[in-house]
Amino acid sequence: MSLAMFLQHGLNGLTLGSLYALIAIGYTMVYGILRLINFAHSEIFMLGAYFVLWGTTLFFLPWYVAMVVAVVVTAGVGILVDRVAYRPLRDAPRISALISAIGVSFFLQNLTIVAFGAIPREVYRPLWLETPMLMGEVRVLPLTIFVPTLSFLLMLGLVWVVYRTKAGLGMRAISKDIETSYIMGVSVNRIISLTFGIGSALAAASGIMWALRYPQLQPVMGSIPGFKAFIAAVFGGIGSIPGAVVGGVILGFTEIMAVAFFPDLAGYRDAFAFVLLIAILLIKPTGLMGAKLEDKV
Amino acid sequence: MLEVQDLNVFYGGIHALKGLTIQVPQGRVVTLIGANGAGKSSTLRAIAGLIRNKKGHIRYRGSEISGLSPVDIVKSGIVMAPEGRKIFPHLSVLDNLRLGAYARKDKAGVEKDLKWVYELFPRLEDRKDQKGGTLSGGEQQMLALGRALMSAADLIMLDEPSLGLAPKLVREVFEIIATINALGKTVLLVEQNAFAALKIAHHAYVLEVGAIVLAGSGEELIADSRVRDAYLGG
Ligand SMILES: Nc1ncnc2c1ncn2[C@@H]1O[C@H](COP(=O)(O)OP(=O)(O)OP(=O)(O)O)[C@@H](O)[C@H]1O
Ligand SMILES: [Mg+2]
Repeated sequence: MSLAMFLQHGLNGLTLGSLYALIAIGYTMVYGILRLINFAHSEIFMLGAYFVLWGTTLFFLPWYVAMVVAVVVTAGVGILVDRVAYRPLRDAPRISALISAIGVSFFLQNLTIVAFGAIPREVYRPLWLETPMLMGEVRVLPLTIFVPTLSFLLMLGLVWVVYRTKAGLGMRAISKDIETSYIMGVSVNRIISLTFGIGSALAAASGIMWALRYPQLQPVMGSIPGFKAFIAAVFGGIGSIPGAVVGGVILGFTEIMAVAFFPDLAGYRDAFAFVLLIAILLIKPTGLMGAKLEDKV
Repeated sequence: MLEVQDLNVFYGGIHALKGLTIQVPQGRVVTLIGANGAGKSSTLRAIAGLIRNKKGHIRYRGSEISGLSPVDIVKSGIVMAPEGRKIFPHLSVLDNLRLGAYARKDKAGVEKDLKWVYELFPRLEDRKDQKGGTLSGGEQQMLALGRALMSAADLIMLDEPSLGLAPKLVREVFEIIATINALGKTVLLVEQNAFAALKIAHHAYVLEVGAIVLAGSGEELIADSRVRDAYLGG
């Protein structure tokens, strides 16, 4: 394989990896605080993309405005899901919240079918993102620069919130010990809402950028990326934000590279994630960057 | 300043506090002693708002606070340093202290109190960027006390601050409690270390299986034969 080809595939891998990483962050943040696998997260990803479709076709918003609006609205949906489906179960056994999460996932999928129909919909995307540029030998899709860059900026923003703001301090505290945070004066429910909001906003951003790459929207489009991102979060060490990012990027990279080097394996593409998962569970069950998390009762 | 009247706490079927009544006057050190499982922590946790299944009155500066959330209770001026210290091991010493001030809005006041806490506990300033979990047991206790002080609460509730410390550090902790009190904080102290607690307490209560069985000044209880037999090793 030529270096030019390798770079091209590398950018593709980085693009896919950033998209996984953005979803994985939401899984890991919610798990870190509530020890809950938010199965509805895949649907949050999907809704982000659909809200752009809504914004551009129903309200005739320019695509970039529609994107921002969609991110905000999806964050709101994420917060609402927590309020309605998880918060009432905070003191219940954890399995109840998990079942509730599965229920929400089905509900949102079906709601989308009712609202938008089950037929795949095409979403608008600016042509320049898809027009290859020639950089020396390398044919670069602007999209494969745009997506990782924007993802990187979003992650920087996240790091700033988590490590530089008071709310971030609250998040880091409640992820370790909710009760003690509470008596220190941390408004736990507000911080949990914020966590869902941020995680959902990032998943929405991922869904929207996903749609720029694969512009067919379907109500089930979140399932596979969502599942892979979850695996990426476990691979990186669930509960760890850097772990989610690294896990997502490694997964995206492996997927693209494996297919590039071994085209015969293209049909097994979706299985790589599981190979990675099994490998890490055998070698380091807490994931690459995962610390041991005590179970919360 | 704090009046607890006829407080009952239930854990499922267990009736852990049975009509407990205590008074904590402003500016005093009040201690609550009792055997394991007597209900000392339950009392503090109920006051801090952590126990919802309770009956009775908790009044602070004349107003009822028994229905408030833990956050509102901190804001109203009561803070608890919980049993087992419960510092955040993965956060820096400085972040732990800032967390103590989480409910506060007065930034200037927080910075002032941070300086004050560092003066009280110079070791915390030396280790301010170190993770809480890397501190020694004694230092962690100082951090827990410092964190409580950062809340600017007037009433500080301490749940077994001397637990698990070497004798020299135990003495240091009690000296610090006396200092904090001398600086104007009211203290509600729960201790297993009955002798040391009674020595610095203005008022003391003895708790047995969920109810107060004896009350008096610290000196009176040290002299009391029942207390000597049960808690001071004869
Ligand atoms: N979360 C809980 N669920 C059920 N029972 C509890 C719970 N917490 C405390 N209890 C019970 O309530 C009683 C009082 O407990 P509490 O922790 O208040 O005692 P304590 O005086 O602080 O004891 P120690 O000196 O060991 O800390 C005990 O019988 C205990 O078993
Ligand atoms: Mg106790």
